Amino acid sequence: MDTALLIEKSILVLLLFLVSLGAAAYMTYFERKLAAWIQDRVGPDRAGPFGILQPIADGVKMFLKEDFIPAKADKWLFIIGPGIAMFTALITSAVVPWGPKLHLFGRDIALQVADINIGILYVFGVLSVGVYGIMIGGWASNNKYSLYGAIRASSQMISYELAMGVSAITIVLLSGSLSLNDIVTQQSGVWNVFYQPVAFFIFFVCSLAELNRAPFDLPECESELVGGYHTEYSSMKLGLYLFAEYTSMFVSSAIMAILFFGGYHFPGMSHFSGNTLAILGIAALAIKIFIFIFVIMWIRWTIPRFRFDQLMHLGWKTLLPLSLINLLITGLVIAFKNGWF
Amino acid sequence: MESLTNRKKVVSDKPMTLWEKAYLPAIISGMMTTMRHMFRKRKTIKYPEETREFAPVYRGQHVLKRDEQGRENCTACGLCAVACPAEAITMTSAERERGQEQLYREEKYAATYEINMLRCIFCGLCEEACPKEAIFLTDRLVPTFFERDNFIYGKDKLVETLDERIDITNRQHTGKRSQI
Amino acid sequence: MSLQIISIILGSLTLASALMVVLSKHPIRSVIYLVVTFFFITSMYIMMNAQFLAIVNMIVYAGAIMVLFLFVLMLLNLNKEMEPMNTKGAQLAAFIAGGSLFLVLITALKDTLILGQTYRQQDNSIGLVKELGNLLFTKYVVAFELTSILFIAAMVGAILLAKREKQIIE
Repeated sequence: MDTALLIEKSILVLLLFLVSLGAAAYMTYFERKLAAWIQDRVGPDRAGPFGILQPIADGVKMFLKEDFIPAKADKWLFIIGPGIAMFTALITSAVVPWGPKLHLFGRDIALQVADINIGILYVFGVLSVGVYGIMIGGWASNNKYSLYGAIRASSQMISYELAMGVSAITIVLLSGSLSLNDIVTQQSGVWNVFYQPVAFFIFFVCSLAELNRAPFDLPECESELVGGYHTEYSSMKLGLYLFAEYTSMFVSSAIMAILFFGGYHFPGMSHFSGNTLAILGIAALAIKIFIFIFVIMWIRWTIPRFRFDQLMHLGWKTLLPLSLINLLITGLVIAFKNGWF
Repeated sequence: MESLTNRKKVVSDKPMTLWEKAYLPAIISGMMTTMRHMFRKRKTIKYPEETREFAPVYRGQHVLKRDEQGRENCTACGLCAVACPAEAITMTSAERERGQEQLYREEKYAATYEINMLRCIFCGLCEEACPKEAIFLTDRLVPTFFERDNFIYGKDKLVETLDERIDITNRQHTGKRSQI
Repeated sequence: MSLQIISIILGSLTLASALMVVLSKHPIRSVIYLVVTFFFITSMYIMMNAQFLAIVNMIVYAGAIMVLFLFVLMLLNLNKEMEPMNTKGAQLAAFIAGGSLFLVLITALKDTLILGQTYRQQDNSIGLVKELGNLLFTKYVVAFELTSILFIAAMVGAILLAKREKQIIE
């Protein structure tokens, strides 16, 4: 194997790891600030100027808390649970194309860890495995609230994965490829969201549900289940669960930007080339991700939580039929364009 | 019945229209509301740097006043202790000796005067009961401690010092005597 | 050579975790070992350059079906006292059934040993999406459509069963 390629990929993996963790840390800060602004408050402002060091203070606090394992908990599964949650949240970003090719040291560096030809399926695969972190942790706690949280999480994720997958298939129909890289390059002209607004809407709502974010945060709703699946967790294990949520929020914002908003493409892209283009592309993707994160947080602090039967109704009786009809229409239009009738 | 305000709303349970059933318009209008709030002026008062203004009738830590010549007003009559609903005030009286006229205004004075700040409910009845305009509540806050002993305030903490008079001219029960 | 070593390691790990499914006393642990087994099978698919099959195996089996298994087991709260199959007769029946299945598997495996050597000579891209799709919609289209009809029948049956029970309650 090419040694330079190995080094290049290792650096990229390390960078991605750091960036997604750092982004997750500062998303907690941003979330608290945004919540405060929406509620006419100031938010954290004591640690450093404008409270900019708040995530570090929170991290230190998490590490210094007592690490507690309930007496009747299944010890190994209790420890593995948050690990799985964090692991799956981090490895999703492997297939995300972060920008156009970069030229450094006489090499073309692709800003994507693995350009596998089934990228979008990989994302779905990892997402579907992510639920194990919550389920195992919730069950191993030996607490009825945790179990309720775990059961809600799993049934919710299974129901919303379907509509999400079907709306993603429409994108695959448009681009004719499962590779995220191809999907991005295919959007250099018009972004997919203009062809598929309904699919985007369904995908967005479903990813809110997959992320366990409000208004679909039933697995951890405080008013009913104390802390949901992480009721019994403390210290950095709890920190890992919370961190995993923010990391997957970051990655799914990136996925949404790539599938529907042209990834690193931006208007007036043809005026640039080389490394300038690469850096501007990364910046464009970062801005799109930021906007998605902002909207997700904005929704959280606006819309009250769904009831569980309403959640299931929405998933199975509204979003799934809607996405199937959308898929059918898309398929017909593509077949018509190819002259099959 | 005639309604008292113009905000009366008749509740109805008629079925939702298709527009209402779509939910999205309602969600978007809600999000616009929160967006507007994002740019509003913040209501927060950053406490240690900024403090909220006290009302003139605020009832905080007590002060035992001295008169214009720096003599203690209190004669240890005990009316404040009787008036106190929480029984927070205790005192012992003593007779003024010759040569102490500069210290105490009347022939009798309080040798010890203690208020238990944990019992005190800051009702201000001692202030009303005092015939000599000696005790007043001020806008100072009683600080917190870890030991209970620290909350029993003796004369050392209650009597105002000569060089640091406590201004009580804005208070409700201000007598002409206490105006410095 | 290194591929072979990896295959051997993966195969033994798969077998070990599959054995743990049967051997572990706790049903939840069994399910988790089964998930681990599916992951090893997924990685074996990747070794054979069948990326699509690998990821579908992960999504469908590890991601959906096993989640439902776990879901049901968590709700059941199985204890040792509630174990239904504990009589001598049941054990004997289980032994005979398992033994005959084992025999069938051995006879089936006897033929596949030869296939194992031929698969390398075939086109490497057989497991990729395009080739698989082409095969499914041309050569195997009848089987494919029949399978989907079977699935729909199963789904309708499940819904009917669930509905009937509800009427009895009412």
